[in-house]
Amino acid sequence: MHNHVLKDLKNTVSKFPDKPAFCGENSVLTFKELDHAIDRIGTFVLSEGIKKSPIVVFMEKSPEEVAAFFGIIRAGSYYVPIDAEMPTVRIHLILENVKSPLLICDDSTFEKASELGFTGKIVKYSEILSSSEIDDAALTAVYNSSIDTDPLYIVFTSGSTGVPKGVVGCHRAVNDYIDQLSEVLGFSSETVFGNQTPLYLDACFKELFPTMRFGATTYFVPKTLFMQPLKLVQYLNEHEINTVCWVVSALTIISTFGTFKTEVPKYLKTIAFGSEVFPLKQFRMWRQALPEATFTNLYGPTEGTGMCCYYRVDRDFEDGEAIPIGRPFDNTEIILLDDENNEVTKENGEQGEICIRGTSLTLGYMNNPEKTSESFTLNPLQKHWPELIYRTGDIGRYNERGELMFVSRKDFQIKHMGHRIELGEIEVNAQMIEGITGAACVYDKVKGKIVLFYSGDKEEADMKVILKDSLPRYMVPNVTKKLDRIPLTSNGKTDRVALSGMI
Amino acid sequence: MDELIAILKDIHPDVDYETATNLVDGKILDSFDIISLVSEIADKFDVVVSAEYMVPENFNSAKALWELIEKLQDEE
Repeated sequence: MHNHVLKDLKNTVSKFPDKPAFCGENSVLTFKELDHAIDRIGTFVLSEGIKKSPIVVFMEKSPEEVAAFFGIIRAGSYYVPIDAEMPTVRIHLILENVKSPLLICDDSTFEKASELGFTGKIVKYSEILSSSEIDDAALTAVYNSSIDTDPLYIVFTSGSTGVPKGVVGCHRAVNDYIDQLSEVLGFSSETVFGNQTPLYLDACFKELFPTMRFGATTYFVPKTLFMQPLKLVQYLNEHEINTVCWVVSALTIISTFGTFKTEVPKYLKTIAFGSEVFPLKQFRMWRQALPEATFTNLYGPTEGTGMCCYYRVDRDFEDGEAIPIGRPFDNTEIILLDDENNEVTKENGEQGEICIRGTSLTLGYMNNPEKTSESFTLNPLQKHWPELIYRTGDIGRYNERGELMFVSRKDFQIKHMGHRIELGEIEVNAQMIEGITGAACVYDKVKGKIVLFYSGDKEEADMKVILKDSLPRYMVPNVTKKLDRIPLTSNGKTDRVALSGMI
Repeated sequence: MDELIAILKDIHPDVDYETATNLVDGKILDSFDIISLVSEIADKFDVVVSAEYMVPENFNSAKALWELIEKLQDEE
């Protein structure tokens, strides 16, 4: 039996051929149409002689982009999503890392794609679909020879050395993740998702794979609605969206501005959130507006294929309390390790690094053995055979109820507007600017702002403008402060305590 | 108005807010910019921009946003 992420697709297509699977701003694909596009793209990739290779997808967020992802998987290769939102410098780093033979683009990205200096072939989605030839025999042969540790995607996450890291994920881990997530959140063919997260990260797996497995429907909520809370709620109601898995900051956009007084997203039954702390005041507004809905906090790093822990909210919280990250999904184990690699137990109440053990681990970082071996290590608690765990760098502890709580980070990684960011990546990019002699970043948690301190001969305003060329928009510092020199501690390291006092 | 321009300049120093009329439609301001903008406006001008006013028309230019602030100040 094949444990392939597309194993349920044909079954879903026969049950719901004409049901909309993915609905974008400008187009909709039904399951039948999606299936055809996937087979067509799969056939095209194979006809190019490409096997088990990374294939870049550079398209506007759309149902067609999903078809491109799945079509590449159909051909036994793995997709590498890049996005027009990414600065060109970052795209170059990604292309250099993966060395792909093929890039699929659309009309909106073709021009930019042609200017990337991409060495492989560039083809438009519409060109591929202009033929309807499907090579069933070749596709079946690829399917039958696939194994579930084959990769299906590479998504890139912030790297502290200034170079993003490509996380390689496989069939087995995605299938396990979707099994567990679907059980926890209760997905079915009745589920109508409102997707908020970008398609170039793993966050969208929560919608993409269950939609295909159960015959659900996903709406890609237009990005511009996330600055128009009232229209956003009207959109959710118009499409009778009943399930959202959003970053906290997207949910609080609705609650902060008193939207619930005018309109409530009345079809919403399942609300999952994560990536950030949910301010309790906002959270209470949501629960009050939707007393019948379930609220689930999800936790997990990209290296664990998505989410690995959940907590279904079942009680009220006191001011100052944090919502737990709860317990691991079935078939995943969380181990807390202290500095000496000893296990922290529920009984002793200490803190430790959150480590993940189980099928949901990804395969590692693409072409990056050093970073891979730093984070994907042998399990120090089990020395009898090689067994990998992933060390998240997050510090956790158990509360008196035995629920896992997030405490802090071991390093300088932050969560800002739902994005995972290494402050080091911003610092490296700032230091590369001509005339800059020093740079250090701190995160102002109270105001939710990235503050860059630097020394050198650039004006504060110019720093933001220059950094926009090399960093994604969400990583550009909100505040830039020029100093005569960056304060150092007695042993010569950046004095972050002093800097934090200056924000 | 100058105070508002200063707040806007702080978000994107490279934009000419005297002339720009497509701040939202031209994707110069994204949703998170708008959110931080609204909270700065609340601090500086003591007005609350509620959900019904959060539409692109009110944020496409510094002038339109200033008119909204004046309108909200009058209402109070």
